[in-house]
Formats: sequence, structure tokens, C-alpha cells
Amino acid sequence: MGQFGIGQPVRRKEDVRLLTGKGQYTDDVNFDGQTWAAFVRSPQAHAKILSIDTSAAKAAPGVVGVFTGSDMKADGVGTLITDVEFKDLAGKDMFRPKRDFMTIDRVRFVGEIVAVVLADTQAQAKAAAELVMVDYDGLPAVGSTAFAASPDSPVIWEEHGSNVGIHWENRPEAEIDVHMAKAKTRVTIDIVNNRVVPNPMEPRCAVAKWENGELTMYAPTQGGRRIQQGIAKIVMNLPADKVRIISPDVGGGFGIRGKLYPELGVVAWATRKINRPVKWRGDRSETFVSDYHGRDQINHAELGLDANGRVVALKVRTIVNCGAYFAENGPRLPINGGGRIIPGVYDIENFYFSVRPVLSNTVPTDTYRGAGRPEANFLMERLMDAAADATGLARDEIRRRNVIKPEQFPYRTQMGMLIDSGDFIGNMDMAMKAADWAGFEARRAESAKRGKLRGIGLSNFVEPSGGRPTEEMRIAVSPEGKATVYAGTHSHGQGHETVWAQLLESFLGIPFENVTLVQGDTKIMPKEAAGTFGSRSSWMGGVGLQRSAKRIVEKGTKIAANLMQAEPEKVSFDAGVFRAGTSSVTLAEVAKASYEPKNLPEGMEPGLDESYFLKRDPEEFNYPNGTHVIEVEVDPDLGKIEMLNYIAVDDCGKVLNPFIVHGQVYGGVAQGIGQAMTEMTVYDDEGQLVTGSFMDYGMPRAEHLSMIDALFNEVPCKTNDLGVKGAGEAGACGAPGAFVSAVCDALKDFGIRHIDMPMTPDRVWATIQKAKAGKAA
Amino acid sequence: MLINVNMTINGKAVSGQVEARTLLVEFIRDHQRLTGTHVGCDTTQCGCCTVHVDGKAVKSCTMLAVQATGKSIITIEGLAQPDGTLHPVQEAFREHHGLQCGFCTPGMVMVGVDICRRHPNADEHTVRQELEGNICRCTGYQGIVEAIMDASAKMAGGKA
Amino acid sequence: MENFAYHTPASVADAAKLLDAHEDAKLMSGGMTLLPTLKQRLAAPSDLIDLAKIPDIKGVCRDGDELVIGAMTTHAEVHENALVRELIPGLASLAGQIGDPAVRHRGTIGGSCANADPAADYPAGTLGHGATFVTNKRKIAADDFFLGLFETALEPGEIIVGVRFPIPVWSHYQKLRHPASGYAVVGVLVAQTKSGVHVAVTGAGPSAFRATAMEEALTKDFSVKAIEGIKIDAADLNNDIHASSDYRAHVVTVLAKRAVAAR
Repeated sequence: MGQFGIGQPVRRKEDVRLLTGKGQYTDDVNFDGQTWAAFVRSPQAHAKILSIDTSAAKAAPGVVGVFTGSDMKADGVGTLITDVEFKDLAGKDMFRPKRDFMTIDRVRFVGEIVAVVLADTQAQAKAAAELVMVDYDGLPAVGSTAFAASPDSPVIWEEHGSNVGIHWENRPEAEIDVHMAKAKTRVTIDIVNNRVVPNPMEPRCAVAKWENGELTMYAPTQGGRRIQQGIAKIVMNLPADKVRIISPDVGGGFGIRGKLYPELGVVAWATRKINRPVKWRGDRSETFVSDYHGRDQINHAELGLDANGRVVALKVRTIVNCGAYFAENGPRLPINGGGRIIPGVYDIENFYFSVRPVLSNTVPTDTYRGAGRPEANFLMERLMDAAADATGLARDEIRRRNVIKPEQFPYRTQMGMLIDSGDFIGNMDMAMKAADWAGFEARRAESAKRGKLRGIGLSNFVEPSGGRPTEEMRIAVSPEGKATVYAGTHSHGQGHETVWAQLLESFLGIPFENVTLVQGDTKIMPKEAAGTFGSRSSWMGGVGLQRSAKRIVEKGTKIAANLMQAEPEKVSFDAGVFRAGTSSVTLAEVAKASYEPKNLPEGMEPGLDESYFLKRDPEEFNYPNGTHVIEVEVDPDLGKIEMLNYIAVDDCGKVLNPFIVHGQVYGGVAQGIGQAMTEMTVYDDEGQLVTGSFMDYGMPRAEHLSMIDALFNEVPCKTNDLGVKGAGEAGACGAPGAFVSAVCDALKDFGIRHIDMPMTPDRVWATIQKAKAGKAA
Repeated sequence: MLINVNMTINGKAVSGQVEARTLLVEFIRDHQRLTGTHVGCDTTQCGCCTVHVDGKAVKSCTMLAVQATGKSIITIEGLAQPDGTLHPVQEAFREHHGLQCGFCTPGMVMVGVDICRRHPNADEHTVRQELEGNICRCTGYQGIVEAIMDASAKMAGGKA
Repeated sequence: MENFAYHTPASVADAAKLLDAHEDAKLMSGGMTLLPTLKQRLAAPSDLIDLAKIPDIKGVCRDGDELVIGAMTTHAEVHENALVRELIPGLASLAGQIGDPAVRHRGTIGGSCANADPAADYPAGTLGHGATFVTNKRKIAADDFFLGLFETALEPGEIIVGVRFPIPVWSHYQKLRHPASGYAVVGVLVAQTKSGVHVAVTGAGPSAFRATAMEEALTKDFSVKAIEGIKIDAADLNNDIHASSDYRAHVVTVLAKRAVAAR
């Protein structure tokens, strides 16, 4: 394999462009004559809208139009609704509230859009937005997850009569109680998985124009096909091919950018309405209240173990705060995406879980890096630590006794998922060895001499990856033998420009530098393009390319056979060359020839341009997994936690580019550490988002993190030809459990067993004080 | 009322007429169409807008264009050589995977150059402290820290 | 932000005249606090008076047993200045912990002190060193300068031109940094000055204050043990989602001890 082939740490093609300021992000795009949009957003968390007076705004300088949800409705614009439907065990359907692009009668969270102002300049639009007079009749608000689930809470969707969308259960609880009753040891935990604000570094924005009966809109997405379809159908009442969504360079996605947000619908509708281009440049404060948030669960869980520390039963009750509306995925995360994998890497047959997705006066939550799986993994790892405490077994020993063993693969989980492969014991061994787990106590003693409390923690995880089960990839070879990949996937930091080129060099022998990536334009992307999320691209994109390449070779073989006057069956292909006997012809020559009909067999279309529409079983995921170990030092006087080192052992199957996959691990870990240590999202009793800017919301900085040692335990995936498993979300799954475990290990002499995330200095110190007081009492 | 501003950006004399409230980053992006400098927040925290003003790293979202009159500004577009040769910091970012989505990158590189100027042979702890004004959501900072350490050593004449 | 008229007076006297002439005018030094305030539409001055072009209010010089720092001297300049590093290294260190490198290239000592953010670092730095503010009208001792939340003794039309620091025997600043904003959750400056020990605290209360009980104890016995048992009253301290007043009270003592231990 050459230095640019699969598995090589190839430096990225996209970097020079991005390092020299030549990236093109949505805010860099402008249309002549564009107007600027400013949204009027509700300052109240829960209120009736009695009236909206736009007259003063309309009269303000430079204003071209002021519109509300009523205007959109009058134009026949539809509503948004969650993609997911669930039934409870009695067959009752989940409540699914409809969402107007701009709310009409009621506001349900601070930041909800009430009106839009269009003006010649952004400053004029913003100034006029302040003149829109909305008469709110305030209602009691609920921001707390626990309270939203209680019968005493204000109800934010009266038609449903409750904030609880459904009480979903995987099976009757009694079936598992039978097994739990036989447990020798039972542990119960009550934990929080805290809400986080994803905050990609690019604030959200959109630029749109209406020209010749077609809408063109630039916006940061994670692949625009579904947004194109949604806008065409729900907003514009147009055939999809009259709507074009372009996502050029995108400044981070993390799962929450590939959404049909209300702002996109409003901008699309408005540009046709006023027949002028519209640009919306959101700022960070706006992004805080308009991008979907992540996580926000309360878990009550019980683990039953036998005399050997083997799990005999697991019961979980989850309340998830989905915000004011169920977003596209919303309840799917804890019910499906995450909930099913709660047992994680452990061999657990008897598993009950229930989920209550609740609605509250907060920003809706949706798929943020891991999308339910980090929550599931975190919960299981806290249970394992609790079980270790209760049984007296070491934290790693109790895990070893329960992990799925190599001979059990492929392993059918109690929820019906088929885990094809994994080396969970090997992961633990590798991570613990690299972390020098055995030598830890000596290091703990050394830290103690300096007045610091040192702790070590580990976390196992496994997370079903793959996202949507279809994708389409296309390869077009030019007459010069260069290739263009038209991807259905979408790179917004993951380095596809580089990795897809590596794949083509491996599959087709086309030199790395001769492969170009085209993505992000719904007009050009393959018809069945799906996008990038759910750690799916190495599989859905990679295998899609592999099969497109196979079609290229198949067609090329026939052309080569023609050129060499050989039997097609006698032609072989390797490293860019077709051979038959002593004759050979390069792929470039075949490509050139393919454009001239005289070279082609009877009836063959000219050109060397093949797509592949990849479909997989929707229930067949791949299962990245791993073990992460972290060592921390707690300053007990300040409650401050310092990260000392981090070992990540990841099984991402076959690694296409270790350089890039390492980057995904580092980034995911940083987000996991952020959730565990610094990222606090606070709604007050009036539903105000108190942590609404970077002044209060603790994004992890370089000083909060240590170097991460990322190792691979490559166990090729058995369910795709490339052997790849996802990589993007692993870090977010592994980090929180390891971190909390390590801090509790550091504080174990105080009798502290758990501290809810984020473990801010104030919270850690207060917990220590409480523990000390408890001991003294 | 518009005010005349004159400054050099990337070695080129530029002038414009701006309102007093026009931020330097707006002048760079919207007036001069140099879109490599980015706006990532509204509270002067994220550092995506970092440029050099008279040789020092400055957050251009928190400076008025009128304050920059008579000064020399370098943006990310002006860092590499005219023939395309990358600045050692840019080269190091590429070598160490110091960027993923690229949005924070111009600011990271510009502050990186400033860190190298003030801290030859910077160690890990120093670099991490010096990055307190720059936020990245993609990389976990690992590649960024390694890149700046490497560049700072190279620029100090140290080993590769 | 709203637009405003912009002035670059060439002297402090001209700046004062402009302040007098325009009721809703604001002075700007580095702009690191003012511009974010304007961007968030929390203020809309009619006029901005930029002090950057005034020549004689920048820089560091020694005047006998005092270091004189011009109001428009940036944090980076104070941090890197050879005189400050030699004579008041605790102050150089404090200045190097303000904000971040880019902010330090613009923010100034005059601007920071005139604003008197309860979580800024210089209030502890000036109070702790027994500094004197020199304005265009008079001299104000640091003890008399910080009055309350964003409140100083400066009168309308009064402009800080410099800050005089008596050179201490020794000083040291300990800061617990807010993980999001970078401001001081608590910052403690301990100084052995010619008139005894000063312990100045920022971040913990509505404005910077001196922990007098600690000062007395340390003046008698400069040791960690001497202040071990001294508790700050949490009652008047700041309490927010990031840090309770109990926590802050506790941290004051912890940081004071660490500062003393650094001697």
C-alpha cells in the first residue's frame, strides 16, 4: 500500500485552504441586493401571545418587510413535527406537538421566534426588530427536568394535559422483577446526565435567493438533502428540485446542524415573499437559544448481581427533557438510539427500561455527538462502579466478570441488536496497561504528599453507529484519468477530502492528488445522498465508494478488453492497470477511451462515471467500542480538578487514516470532558437561560485538558467489506464515565460515591464539605 | 456620519469610509472582503477573530475600525509567503492535524504566531495557558498544542 | 451597537472638555469592557472619547520608591515590563493573568480600574499594593477608590492618568479563574508593604476589599499558620450559579494562605 493508501496517516488536502483563509463558510457568501433578516425572539419562557404590533417596525428606516407566523400560515406554509412515533405497551401513541416555523399563539421557550424583520442592512433589521411590540400574557414556566415530569408542573401543551409525551417501556417491568428478586446484591443509583449546548464554533446563519422559480440557500448543514426535501414540501410547496441547499465549508456539526430549523424555513419563505435575497447572520447568543441542545436526562437505575458479581437484572427509568417541542429525533435518543445499548459491553439478559420524554419551557434537545449513546454508556458505567463498591470487587474486576466474551460474538443483545465483533477484555487490558493502572497507588501517594487527591477511572463503551441505512456515492473519472467523488456524505471537519482520495488510490490506483471531492450541494450530490452524522461515513460513504469503484472497474474491464482485444474474463485489474496476458492498459487510458464511442462495446454508454446506492439493514449497525482510562488530581481545598493524562483504546474496526481518526477521538473526548467538568446549562425558575453566552457557559479550553494517548484495538467489522466501525462519537461516550469514576476514586476517603456532572469546583468542594459533615455527625 | 480610515492590511494600503461603530472585523470581512477572519461569539471569548495589529495578536471583534487607522494589520490571508510557502505555524498545524472544520483555525494560527514570538521553545503548559482566549470544539486542542510547540521550537532555531 | 460620535483628543484636558460637552459620552481606553457592553446593547453612549492618542499617559517609570504606570499602559506591557518585573514581580504576574493574550494587548490599567468590575484583577492589585490613582484633578488612594459594584470615587469629568505603586518588599497574586469568563472567582493579592501587610481580595464581593483581620495577623506573624483559622464572613459575598458565597469565603482563605506560602 502506498503512502496515500488506506490506513496511512496522510496529511489533509483541505488544510492549506483552511489555513490560509480560503475556506468558504456561509457567512462569507453574499448576494447582490440582499436584505438582512433579524428575528424577534421571545424573552419569555411561557406565555400567550395576545397581539403582535409590527407597525412601528415596518416604518423603521430600511425595513423591507416584517412578518409573523400568521403570514406564513396564510401562505399555506406547514408545520414541523418530530420524525419519530412510539407506542406504549398499551398501544397508546406518543404525543407529537406540531411546531410552526414562527409561533403564532404561544411561546414556549426563551428564544422562540415570534416574527422576522427584513431590512437593507443588518443594523437596520436589528434596530427594527426591537420595535416589534408583542403583548405577552405570561404563564408559569417549567425548566427543570424533574419538575416537568411531576404532576404539579405547569403543563405546556394543554391539549395533551401533561408534559410527559409517553411512558414508554421495553417490556412489562414484572418480567424483570422476577430476576431482580433473585439477586444477592442490589445497587440503586440516581444520576443526572446534564444538558449541554453543542456550540459548533460557526454561529448559525443562512443566505437565500429566489431566482427563476428556484430557491437557492446556503446554510451550514451536515448534508442538505433532507432539508431540501423538507423546505420544498412544507415551506415552499415546490418540487424538491426547485430547492437547492448548499453547505460549503461548515464550522462544525456534531449532530445538530443537519436539521430543518425554523430559521431556515423562514429565510426560504421570506426570500420568495419579498423577491429579494435574504441573509441571516445569527450571533452566538442566538445560537445558544436556537441550535438544539443535547443530553438532559435523569436516570434511576437498579442493578442486581449474583454471588459472583454477575449481573442478573438491570432496570432503568429515564426522564429526558426534550424541550418545548419534540425535535426531529428527540425521544428517539433515549428510547431507541441510546436506550437499547444501556447494557453496553456487558452480557445482560434481563433488562427493563422505561423512558418518559418530557416537554418543558427550554430549547428542544436532539442528536448531539453520540445521540443517546453517551448517556446510556455513562449510566452503565456508574452502575458498574456502584456494583464494585457494593460487592467489594475492584472496578475492573467486576467489569471483566460481566463483559461479553470473545466466544459470544456475534452477540444478540436483549434488545435485539447484533454486535458483530469486539474484544472488550482486550480493550481493558490494553488501556490499563498503557495507563499503568497497576502502578497507580504509588502515584496516589506521591500526589498526597503535595496535598492533592489523585484518582484513576475507567469506562467501557460500545455504541451502535451508522445512522440512516442508505447512502449514495458517485465516482466520475475524467478523460485524463483524474477522479471526482460526488459524495452523499458531508465533511464538516472529518477530513473526507483526504480519506476519500485515499480510498480511490487504494481501490483504483488513481493518485491521491488527482482525486477531488464535491459535496454539500443538493443539485450536484447523488440523488439518495443522506449526509454525515451518527459516525456513519467510513461505512456508508466508504463502502459506497468501494462499490462505485467496483462498477468503475467492471465497466473499465469491458473497455480495456475491447482496447486490448482480449476476452473480458481474461482481464485483471490492479493498482490502476488492466492486464490481459502481456498487454496492459492504464485506467487513465481506459478513461480517455471511454469518451469515444468507437472504443466501446456495442450499446455501452460513453464515460466512466458510476454511482452506488448503498442500502443496509436498518437494524444492522456497526459497533465501535473501547475502554478509556483517565487520571486526575483534585485540589480538595478548591475543588478544582486537573486532568493528568488520558488513555483511549478504541476499536474503530479498520482505521482508514489514523491521523484523522485520532483527531475524532481527541475531539470527542474533549466534548465528554466538557460535559463532565465545565459545561453547565442553567435555566432559572422563570425559564430564562442563565448560561446564554461563553461568559457563563464553560466551553473546555486547552488549559482544561491534557494530552490524550489514543490507541487502537482494531477488530475489523464483520458486516461491511471495509471492516470499518464508526469513530466520531466514541470519545463522547468514553470520557464522562471515566472522568467521574476517577474523581470519585480521588475522593473515596470522604465516602463520596458520585457527584453529578458538571463537576465544577464549587460543586466538588460543596460535596466534600457535606461528606465531611456527614462523617463528623 | 462616515469616517475615513486608512491602514495597511497584509502590507497593502487600504482605506474606507465607515461608521464609528464599525468593528475592525466587520471592516476586514465586509468592506475588504477578507473572509478568512471569522466571528464565532459575541463576548470576546472565542478568538476566531484574532488578527495582528502592529505585530500583536488582537481580537478584531473588540476593536473599532477607526481605532486601527494608521496601523498595520495582518490577517490569516497575509501570513504565508506570496509564493504560497506556508508560515511555520501554518505548516505545523497541517503536520499535527491542528484543524478539523477550520472555523477557529485562522484565530488559532494568528495567536499561535504571537505565542511563538513571545515564547521561544514554548512548553506544553505554557501553550495551553496562552490559548485561554481561543476556543475549539473539534480538535480537543491536541493537534493545536503540538503544532504551536513544534513551531515555537523551529522558529527559535531548535530541532525539527 | 448604536452609532456614536468618535473623538481622539490629543490631551487629557481636551478629553475632559469633551466629557463636559457631551452628557452621554464615555471614555474608551482599551475597549475590552466598553465595546462588549456596547455590542450587547447594554449601553449606547452618544460619544466615545478614545484616549489612545494622548501621549503622556502610557508607560512605566520609576519615581523614587514608587513605580508610576500610565493609565493607558496595556496589561501585556505591565506584564512584560523590565522595571515591573524587577521591582514588583507580583504585579507583573497579576497583569499576565488578566483575560487572555489578545485581550492583554489592548486592555489597560486605567480602563480596568475605572470600570471596577467586581471580578477584575487590578482592583486587588492596586488595593493590595496601597497604590494611588492620579487623575486630572487629584490623587485618590486605592483604599478610597473602590466604593461598590462598578462604583468608584471618580467624579464626572475625572480621568485617571496614572497609578502610583509604592515598591513593596514582596507581593504575590493568587487567582481562581472562572472557567468560562476568565475573570476572578476569587483573587487575592498579599503584599508586604512598608506600612504593613496588605491582603486585597477581588471577585468574592461586590467590590475589592481588604481582609483586615488577615492583615493584622500577618503583620504580627507572616506565616500560613497565622491566618489558618481566619474565616471571611460569607454574608456579604457574591453568590451565583458558579460559586456560592460559602465557597468564595473559603477560597479567600485558601488563596491567601497559598500567597503567603509563596514567600
